[in-house]
Amino acid sequence: MLPVNAADSSATFRPTRRGRPLGLLALLGVVSVVLAVSVGSVALSPMELWLTLTGQGSSLHQTLVWELRLPRALAAFGTGALLALAGALMQVLLRNPLADPYVLGLSGGASVAALCAMLAGLGAALVSASAFAGALVSILVVFGLAHGSGSWSPARLLLTGVVMASGWGAIITFLLAVSPVEELPGMLYWLMGDMAYARSPWPVLVIAALSALVLVPLGRTLNVLARGGQQALALGVAVRPLEWGLYLAASLATATAVTTAGSVGFVGLMVPHMLRLRLGADQRLILPASLLAGGCLLTLADTLARTLIAPQQLPVGVITALIGVPSFLYLLHRSHGKG
Amino acid sequence: MAVRPASTDQALPSCSLSCEALVIDVPGRADGQPLSFSIEPGSRWGILGPNGAGKSTLLHTLAGLRAPRHGRLRLDGQPLTDWRRRAVAQRLGVVFQERHDEFPASVLETALIGRHPFLRAWQNESEDDVQRALGALEHLDIAHLAHRPLATLSGGERQRVSLATVLTQAPQIWLVDEPTNHLDLHHQVATMALLDEQASQGAAVVMCLHDLNLAARWCDHLLLLYPDGAACWGPRDDMLVTSALERLYDQPLSVAEVDGAAVFMPRVASSLNSPRPTKEVSHDAHVPYDAVPHDTDSEER
Repeated sequence: MLPVNAADSSATFRPTRRGRPLGLLALLGVVSVVLAVSVGSVALSPMELWLTLTGQGSSLHQTLVWELRLPRALAAFGTGALLALAGALMQVLLRNPLADPYVLGLSGGASVAALCAMLAGLGAALVSASAFAGALVSILVVFGLAHGSGSWSPARLLLTGVVMASGWGAIITFLLAVSPVEELPGMLYWLMGDMAYARSPWPVLVIAALSALVLVPLGRTLNVLARGGQQALALGVAVRPLEWGLYLAASLATATAVTTAGSVGFVGLMVPHMLRLRLGADQRLILPASLLAGGCLLTLADTLARTLIAPQQLPVGVITALIGVPSFLYLLHRSHGKG
Repeated sequence: MAVRPASTDQALPSCSLSCEALVIDVPGRADGQPLSFSIEPGSRWGILGPNGAGKSTLLHTLAGLRAPRHGRLRLDGQPLTDWRRRAVAQRLGVVFQERHDEFPASVLETALIGRHPFLRAWQNESEDDVQRALGALEHLDIAHLAHRPLATLSGGERQRVSLATVLTQAPQIWLVDEPTNHLDLHHQVATMALLDEQASQGAAVVMCLHDLNLAARWCDHLLLLYPDGAACWGPRDDMLVTSALERLYDQPLSVAEVDGAAVFMPRVASSLNSPRPTKEVSHDAHVPYDAVPHDTDSEER
């Protein structure tokens, strides 16, 4: 039915070249983790780092790398990866390039629960656990309300989530207002996001790897979904199950990240956006690239957060915004210049 | 459950789409007249009706994108709801009137999504898929735009990208919502010729149209959809009755014959229709030089 007489000049065209950008980002990821492990109050030379990693360095270095810096660097990498992935998924789900992992109120639920746990004087493990529980409550409430009656649309999900988020925001303000002054710095650090709360890198790394395995093969389907629900349905995509799957996957990724490090801002919104400015909107490239770039950004930001005004530490959320905003504005400016 | 195995075979046999006592679901309107007809391979159906009569709703219902209020649809004799969406998409393509371009994409990437129903989730588009998409762009005169972002296109170019996407999909049933939207005269004709060519190769084509004359020229069956839900359908010549069309649009019509075919024009109120002020136009300052008619015939002789 179709005339196949296309120009020969385009015969070598491939839909998207993915190898090179992903290879570069993976390399950058390794560099950022190595940097995070080497830099700090006790700096390690590349030689010392090599010796330590191969089990020959001094015991101080051994402890420093294996028990403090490497777990924290990996936790930062996994958290950033999950947040960027969740942001990319939410943007497709809501067909809105400005959505972020927190737009549906998930971090609000986690924050309220975590702040309550802090007020009750619970330990770090219980603060994390209640943050996760709070995130789950928020996910289920938004899901239930948006799913409730027959008619459903991304707009309705967005509205439900945004209203939930502002409700949580009011409760957070209330909790901060009634909390004793000595609790406030810890609470504010949690709200800004702080890798000092990370206790084990494994949850974020495992969830990030699982999400990559499940979601990256769905890239082409998500490309079609980004053209609108009706268009996707007309092209054979099972839209409703896919959308709920996306919502749950993005929520689980965000909940794991928030549980690990508090609500780190900016990564989920800006990383996918910056990548689209550079690499185009093909989800087969954007999803894995988001995982890697989000990981790099948060690892580097956390390294700065703990060294800039050492021995004091900054909340990492401050750094992600301070690095991210100017570079984002630069990319945006440049892409306008081109087009 | 799939009625039949999802085939990756490109040359699918012809398909027919039929509806049995179908009542479309137009929110806030009482049940319309039940529709029962069969769209056979090679036929060209036009859906005519005023704004808000439910043309697009009917088209989306025929595509299985929204549930009818009553009645049912059959694709190749099997209830449409029994088909897997992917198997439907291998046979039936839809050109939408509204589109969502929130995310940047190139023209070629957009045409290539037409191959989605034929690829497995993890598969990438093959060289053959790319060639099909490029062929479709060529067919719609937009091959030169292949690498342009959608956001830089004009309305008519964007419309042709949508048509190229379905041409890349190469379905046996085309459901097209206003194929000539935003198109200039030449591309209106080229688009209708493209749909006509698809039908002559065995596809069934259903299109919502606003232009009576395009419908009269290019369709062999017409369905008139009235705002109150009443409907009538049948072969074109039975449906092109001036009085029925006037009632359909609530608009008096004049009929003329041009090149041996009936042409319908809206009849405008007499105050607008009064003779124009008589003025010499040939050397009017508003007429560009090229538009001044030349006596080419005599030059050729």
